[in-house]
Amino acid sequence: MTADLRELYQELIIDHGRRPRNYGPLTEANRSAEGFNPLCGDRLTLHLRIDGGVIADARFEGVGCAISTASASLMTEALKGKTEAQAEALFAGFHALVTGVATPAAATLGKLAALGGVRAYPARVKCATLAWHTLEAALHGAGRPVSTEEAP
Amino acid sequence: MNMREAAPLGLDVDRLRRDFPILAREVRGRPLVYLDNAATCQKPRSVIACETHYYEALNANIHRGVHQLSQEATDAYEAARTLVQRFVGAARREEIVFVRGTTEAINLVASSYGSFLGPDDEVLITALEHHSNIVPWQLLCQRSGAKLRVAPIDERGALIPEEFGHRLGPRTRIVALAHVSNALGTVNPVRDLVELAHAHGAVVLIDGAQAVPHMPVDVLDLDCDFYAFSGHKVYGPTGIGVLYGRQALLEAMPPYQGGGDMIRSVGFSGSTWNDLPYKFEAGTPNIAGAVALGAALDYVAAAGLPAIAAHEHDLLDYATRRAAELPWLRLVGTAPQKAGVLSFVLDGVHAHDVGTILDGEGVAVRTGHHCAMPVMERFGVPATVRASFAAYNTRDEVDALFRGLVKVKEIFA
Repeated sequence: MTADLRELYQELIIDHGRRPRNYGPLTEANRSAEGFNPLCGDRLTLHLRIDGGVIADARFEGVGCAISTASASLMTEALKGKTEAQAEALFAGFHALVTGVATPAAATLGKLAALGGVRAYPARVKCATLAWHTLEAALHGAGRPVSTEEAP
Repeated sequence: MNMREAAPLGLDVDRLRRDFPILAREVRGRPLVYLDNAATCQKPRSVIACETHYYEALNANIHRGVHQLSQEATDAYEAARTLVQRFVGAARREEIVFVRGTTEAINLVASSYGSFLGPDDEVLITALEHHSNIVPWQLLCQRSGAKLRVAPIDERGALIPEEFGHRLGPRTRIVALAHVSNALGTVNPVRDLVELAHAHGAVVLIDGAQAVPHMPVDVLDLDCDFYAFSGHKVYGPTGIGVLYGRQALLEAMPPYQGGGDMIRSVGFSGSTWNDLPYKFEAGTPNIAGAVALGAALDYVAAAGLPAIAAHEHDLLDYATRRAAELPWLRLVGTAPQKAGVLSFVLDGVHAHDVGTILDGEGVAVRTGHHCAMPVMERFGVPATVRASFAAYNTRDEVDALFRGLVKVKEIFA
């Protein structure tokens, strides 16, 4: 197996892809959004509980590949306790990482840095960012499913 | 079982492979194993050379100039039309319309012949169609008020002839169906279905995109009214395709697009249309593409479609047997009659992850819904992995695919 593949499918990704954390409905949610990748059929629904501008809880449901599922799982872990502004900053850093635009310090992204291997696979960037685009929709209340094929 | 038995006689695959320059390249440090032929297949040197030669020696606009080059370009373009006519067994060269591809051919018929339909009419398609043989009919039904009906498939991915028959009636004006399913590989019994549809007075369009590369096609034998296929899936260039249509129907149909070459005379009080097939070829066509498609059909004819079909069947049988040995692999599409396509899912691994890991092994497959979302829904999967075969593929390449799949299972163990 190539080094690129080994980095892409590292243990943490496989683990979160197979046993996603924060998976399921969130009865106390006050924000929700659906995300859809029409190119591959991946779908997910993100539920957030936001109290006083802080993300108190985040859960998701849906079907997807290991990359999109692991990304959603790791994202929901990372979001808890963050303010909306901190969540936006995290997305900016994450996006720069997976598109290879920048290599943010591991400390700022924590476990999310495990998805850095995606940058060698441009066709898979949308898998990694689906959950985050859905987060944007949830935060900004687009009120309709967000698609990875929409202009940002 | 001897896994290494030779391919059936008739096709010298080793020699044939040398005709395809791209097969010599590497992908991610591995020899390319190209198993995405249902999406588009690779081009032999003769096709590439033909297109280059056209631009180097013949290039001019057709049907226009009195100068020598224009005449030569026109001759080459029209010679390609005659090659296509013979290749599909059409009675007349006027029945061969050059289009961009299968999608445009279907849109042409839906738009032009479709203008005869009204709210009391019905269009019948099947559940295994590619989006390009669904959406043009949906658009037609929206415009005309006609009703779209869908004939179902069984759990193997085979059309159910009785169900197809039940959906035919006096209101059925158009039946549109695939000759071979791109997502499942199912070969439809088109000859019987055409007969059934004709008995109800409907015209029949066959989407032959996945059939023409894999089996001899004779439109007169099939007795279909329209037959569409793409050049790039039969070793030709992209951007060129063919619509065969019965002369009487094409004569009666209004133009699809207006422009140069499709008119006889133009005046501000009205225009008159050119003869067939030019009535349906508005604007400067893909001349080089058409000429190179002729070269592709020559190539296929020289190799022999029966030999290609036998070789691809051998590959499909071999791959199907190997797939059956893996308890964690489920085939999607197990119809008794199949051509060229092995579609499958792996337990607990999404198709996209399979595709990426296979890519790391140099193996190119398609993953996703294959522009056939209703087929995916029918089988309850979001996506499948699809390996699809061409004349140049080998059993060794099938082995490379399965070595890659074992790696996938190791990574996701």
